[in-house]
Amino acid sequence: MSDSTLLATPVAPVAKPWEAPGPNDTLKAPRPPWNDKLLPVIGPIVLFLVWDLVVRFGLIKAILLPTPWNTLVALVTGLAGGPLLSDFLVTVWRTLEAFLIAAVVGVPLGVLLGSNEKAYRSVEFLIDFFRSTPSSALIPLFLLIFGVSDVNKVAIAAFGALLIVLFNSAYGVINARKQRVMAAKVMGASRWQIFKDVLIWESLQPTFVGLRSAVSMALVIVIVIVAEMFIGSDTGLGHRIIDAQQVLNVKSMYAAILAAGALGYALNVLFLIAERRIVHWSGR
Amino acid sequence: MRTIESPIVAERPAGFVPGPAGTHITIRGLTKYFAGWPLYESFDLDIPKHKIVSVFGPNGCGKSTLINMIAGLIPIDAGEILFDGKSLKDTKIGYVFQNYREALLPWRRTIDNIRYPLELEGMKKGDIDARIGELEQSFSVKFDLKRYPYELSGGQQQTASIMRALAPKPEVIFLDEPFSALDFEMTLFIREKLQEVFMATGTTMMLVSHDLEEAVYLADEVLLLTKRPTRVAEILQYRDARPRTVDTLSTPSFVAMKKLSMEIFQREVRR
Repeated sequence: MSDSTLLATPVAPVAKPWEAPGPNDTLKAPRPPWNDKLLPVIGPIVLFLVWDLVVRFGLIKAILLPTPWNTLVALVTGLAGGPLLSDFLVTVWRTLEAFLIAAVVGVPLGVLLGSNEKAYRSVEFLIDFFRSTPSSALIPLFLLIFGVSDVNKVAIAAFGALLIVLFNSAYGVINARKQRVMAAKVMGASRWQIFKDVLIWESLQPTFVGLRSAVSMALVIVIVIVAEMFIGSDTGLGHRIIDAQQVLNVKSMYAAILAAGALGYALNVLFLIAERRIVHWSGR
Repeated sequence: MRTIESPIVAERPAGFVPGPAGTHITIRGLTKYFAGWPLYESFDLDIPKHKIVSVFGPNGCGKSTLINMIAGLIPIDAGEILFDGKSLKDTKIGYVFQNYREALLPWRRTIDNIRYPLELEGMKKGDIDARIGELEQSFSVKFDLKRYPYELSGGQQQTASIMRALAPKPEVIFLDEPFSALDFEMTLFIREKLQEVFMATGTTMMLVSHDLEEAVYLADEVLLLTKRPTRVAEILQYRDARPRTVDTLSTPSFVAMKKLSMEIFQREVRR
């Protein structure tokens, strides 16, 4: 049909004299657009619908995949004082510990290294090397140093996150707008004044990018790779997911997976909000 | 190469020739290489006090480089630059950049940007407030200085940059194409403000401009430069009375000055 209309189009004007477009012709008012605020909800709803249909029509056995509704109920009841809550909080705590260590050490060290480019160049290879090394490859090393302790879980996550923070803060200082530095210099600012009044501020935005990636990285390491699945642990979301999988308690497993996802998402959003508040000039 | 063979100390000529009476900035034997090629070589220049000097010349002749070297933003390879016989570090200068966006500090409110050079001086809070009040008056500021720079228009930001440069009452103000990023209306406004400030304070100014009309309009002296290696092609005196206005632009003396500058400029470009 589309073919025939396409072919017919050039002929039409000849066959029919031109008419002023009437009120019901092609010049209709544009359809009211989707309420933009609803758009982000569409994806999740479609996912849950497909998930529901898949379970309903038995495409995946119910023993492997519970209905979305049952999973959500398990998630909510678990987080409302159930055992899922304590595992959730343990994971949050470990992630924050690792993140705080990374931030407290990484930001000042990165800013210092960045303000002395020669110093940064001399350790750049090390930073890039370990940044590129999968954290899981370092598990045995950390086991040797810290043993199978809670310290270890936090230490390896802190290490992974630290490098990201360090790298971003250092580059923030190195790439500071030269002209702002010159402006301060011409006003008679000393090296220290330039550092504290210009360079640190310039590095804030990339530092926030670093902190945001670092907290995600810390969470990933804490949950999946190291702490709670491989090294072994009696607590935490990762432990809960593995445990539930072992005994085929799928409802509990999916609830824990959703909880982990929600945690990662919430942390990211929190950092974005903080960044917009603090680095208010970014992108303007 | 040359700079290594003859360090700066040795370069100070035995017979240092001071400029004529009323000279503010004395430049002697200024040498600057870019990528192995001389940009300035044994360059001498006297900048008069209480005057506006407009710097004009062919592309790439180093107009901005010249004022950046005088302002200490770009190191020089050899030579000496003195302000009333003093070195730069004993001299208070102000600088207005072309790109106000990257010259103001966006994490400080506009008013705190203007306060910044005074804070650097260690001035007391009360004195700073008084000085800011003076500046606000003389610029008859009609926008909110408590806003952040990025909340202001380009012209307002450049106005703030000029206020910041003026705040510490500098001896010399350098302006590197201060109008190039502004629309026509704002250019006119800031041009008038600069003239007012100059008439009120007599601060020595060096203005780099790529617009000949602008350069002549504000100038007491038009400094015309050659292609690189850069030398002084000519220094023209422009003596029309201030305040100059839109009418000045059509007076015979202005038109003649602009024409002469243009002829020298074209001669240098073709050379």
